[in-house]
Amino acid sequence: MQDIESVAQLTSWLVTGRILFLLIHLLGVALFSYIVAQRMVPFIRGERDFRFDQPWVRMGRVLKYWLGQWKQPRYRAAGIFHIFIFAGFLVLAIRAFSVLIVGVSENFIMPGLSGRAGYIYDIITDYAATIVFLCMVIAVVRRLVFKPARYAVPAGYGKSHTADAIFLLSLIALLMLADSLFAAVKAAAQSPQGQPVEVLAAFSLPWMFRHVLVSTPLSTLGRLCFGTYLVHELTFYFLLCYRPFGIQFHVETSVFNIYFAKLDREILKPVRWGVSDEHLDEVKSFGVKTFEDFTWKHMLDFYSCADCGRCSDNCPANAVGRPLSPRFITIKARDYSFEHYPVFGRVNKGTALVGSVYSQDEIWSCTTCGACEEECPLLVEYIDKIVDLRRGMVDEGNVPQCLQKPLKALENRGNPYGKVEKKRPDWASAKEFQQTCRVRTIDHSNGTGTLYFVDSITSYDDRMQSIGRATAKILNHVGENFGILGAAERDSGHEVRRFGEETLFMALRDHNVEAIKASGVRRIVTADPHAYNALKHDYKDVPPVEHISQVIAREVKAGKIKFNPVENTNNVYTYHDPCYLGRHNQIYDDPRDVLDAIPGLKRVEMRRSRDRSFCCGGGGLMLFYEPKEDQRMGVKRVQMAAEAGANVIVTACPFCMVNIEDAIKVAGLEGKMTAIDLAELVDRQIAREYPDAIEEQAAQPKECVMSSINSPK
Amino acid sequence: MEILVCVRRVPDTSENEIALNSAGNDIERDELVYSINEPDNYAVEEALQIVAKVGGNVMVATVGGEEDEEVLRREMAMGANHGVLIIDEAFSGSDGRGIATILKAFVQKGHYDLILTGVQAEDGGAQIGGMLAALLDYPFASLVNSIEVLDSQKLKVSREIEGGNKELNEIDLPCVLSIQTGINEPRYVGMRGIRQVASVPIPTFSAAELGIAVSTIGEAAAKVKHVDYFVPSLGKGAEILHGSREENINKVLELVAAKGGLK
Repeated sequence: MQDIESVAQLTSWLVTGRILFLLIHLLGVALFSYIVAQRMVPFIRGERDFRFDQPWVRMGRVLKYWLGQWKQPRYRAAGIFHIFIFAGFLVLAIRAFSVLIVGVSENFIMPGLSGRAGYIYDIITDYAATIVFLCMVIAVVRRLVFKPARYAVPAGYGKSHTADAIFLLSLIALLMLADSLFAAVKAAAQSPQGQPVEVLAAFSLPWMFRHVLVSTPLSTLGRLCFGTYLVHELTFYFLLCYRPFGIQFHVETSVFNIYFAKLDREILKPVRWGVSDEHLDEVKSFGVKTFEDFTWKHMLDFYSCADCGRCSDNCPANAVGRPLSPRFITIKARDYSFEHYPVFGRVNKGTALVGSVYSQDEIWSCTTCGACEEECPLLVEYIDKIVDLRRGMVDEGNVPQCLQKPLKALENRGNPYGKVEKKRPDWASAKEFQQTCRVRTIDHSNGTGTLYFVDSITSYDDRMQSIGRATAKILNHVGENFGILGAAERDSGHEVRRFGEETLFMALRDHNVEAIKASGVRRIVTADPHAYNALKHDYKDVPPVEHISQVIAREVKAGKIKFNPVENTNNVYTYHDPCYLGRHNQIYDDPRDVLDAIPGLKRVEMRRSRDRSFCCGGGGLMLFYEPKEDQRMGVKRVQMAAEAGANVIVTACPFCMVNIEDAIKVAGLEGKMTAIDLAELVDRQIAREYPDAIEEQAAQPKECVMSSINSPK
Repeated sequence: MEILVCVRRVPDTSENEIALNSAGNDIERDELVYSINEPDNYAVEEALQIVAKVGGNVMVATVGGEEDEEVLRREMAMGANHGVLIIDEAFSGSDGRGIATILKAFVQKGHYDLILTGVQAEDGGAQIGGMLAALLDYPFASLVNSIEVLDSQKLKVSREIEGGNKELNEIDLPCVLSIQTGINEPRYVGMRGIRQVASVPIPTFSAAELGIAVSTIGEAAAKVKHVDYFVPSLGKGAEILHGSREENINKVLELVAAKGGLK
């Protein structure tokens, strides 16, 4: 390598390259370290967050979501480009490091990359740089020409991010060009002197540059070499230090964000990490009111967002024009953080977030469906933040009037409708129903049997009571010894908690836990996914809980449930995944298996299904909330069902039923589209008479009900 | 500004099924849930908003039994600085004038610039505000749906009049106002808030402490007495339409047009 002087030896403006580049290195690294340190200041002021457990599980997730880029291909084209860029960056990281050192120490060779390994590595990096460069060009073209809708910044959310994105993309492209040219110059300089020519990867950028440069005189090559290196250096450090000011910070933060990501997503963040329920009264302030009330991990989320817009693209609230876009929950908080914790300048503490950065309607608009979190490639958390912000609002008394009434009714009566407790089991006393199936109230501990947890809407809502009766008849049919808590049951509190009223939730939970324990039941079944989720994840020390779809699927497999063929074979069914059954609990297949077991039932999938299911509008207290929106979520959902060619929507949640049945009317599809709950459908289709043991039970419905739970009153 | 808000605990109409007792002289009270009288809650919120603007204190007071302490706590959790329970066996059976007499005695024990009541109790007859003002010889404005503090001597208050119009009045302080719902959006009070004020002592006042002559209050002094509670018999006039949605819509249009509602 004595053909041209190495960049370290070259002298320019009276400074040797070695000193110049050493200075640039030191300045660059120092500046970057300073900026990152400043960025971490709010972490110290933020709330605690326990994210240091289970290192191996966390490492596994880093491998899957960071190194494996697991979520990226959910958006096919953009995802694949990102994988290319990410892989290119990883490959180039080592080269970048060794190139940086070459500026100071000309003979440096990365350990392990001498000889043949280095030769192969060079070829790979040549291609990597080329691919990254091409991806940048494509990304710029995409931003400028194709303009994917999800990158747009809606009015009220600030300026367009396009210019910043293109600026950064161009800088990376420039870095790739400088890197390739530097490699090419070195190669070109070697060829005329009869030394063995570095064979560069064919059709890569360095390969092309070398061909252009092959007859350039050595002196020019020398200057070019120095110049390219300087450009490379400056671009590299500029990018490094500029990234923490914008979306590209995720290059550095993503690996940490994924390592520290929440492991048990189903479990809602406690009000305060490290404070038990008993000591919550001592906590002065609940939830997030100011920026510093976020946990350090949530702040890291803000830094890690890559502004890809996938969350908002999948957010049902955003889709129907509610004033909520999860992407801007993050972006606005990040902007706030940058403004109040500037890299250069003094920290200035701001005021309450709600009312300045966020609007109240924005925070109440979320149905906690989880579509945003499901999509985010960087595992940014949203539900916990929304709930924490709501906790803050509840603590301040900022609760819309439309929610105050049901909350107060929940406090007084244990249900949001303000109905009296003793009427809770009335759904089971309809005369016709009692003749086929009698539901008893468990009021005596005997240690056996199953609890059917009905929850408020199924207990009190005239329409949903039919789901309760269908569920009871199914449990009856499979010979389950079951009972209900009756007047002793309270609302599960699932939405109470998700609407930020933690204290009321705890009261409801404690009441139910006590009643369940006193009943002595060994398992719980419910037909309400919200109750299911609450019992499974929000409650502690209660028996195992199953959703009725799981019970049905199991009994179908076991042959205990057999179906009559559907009467009308012209009907086309589609299954709508309730958020709290699907996304939050991964129960996707059981309901579908049940449907597919019904002879003659034609089933189609909607464009959005399974983990991309589209929320119907939200359950629990969301039914009382009066959102600002252009359209109902449910209407969009029934239109999706119509597009799929279905005329029967099957769901497995009473709240979905409310929203979808309303939406069918609003969409003008009455008479063309119907909705039915899975339990109702199963109850309708069950073949009750066939020659085996089940028949006896079916023939004697009054005898079959949980004699073991029957209290000796 | 020192503000007194007179509040009451009533059976919550939205969370109870109100039925008459077998004797027919009262409602069945065994399974009722009680809460703050809704208009009173608006009055407390208004007081808190005034104090937030011009400074001062908010005192909530109720005439009742020990169980009524719960509504005082709720209003204190909202932000009221003090709560007072005016309690005496001699008070029971008081009519509206009796209650106003008791409150008058309490008002005269302190120093208040402004006294607010809800426009009416959900189980009452909108009597107290006016009578209290008369007994105190204070000016009174009823059905108030906005308050603006002009200076330490004067308020500008408005009320809605028939047809949705507003009437603006200036009123001298000290005065009594009865507050209409909708004047503001009362803040939410959860269990946590109530728990936080659970141990704050609530002073009580008896008839003797307030210097009230027992002969002026209570059942004996009441000149208005409940005679009966009854469910009015259903009148004719409600017509229930049984057709399809389209038929019903057309029928409704027809009926409204026939009554001159559509032109």
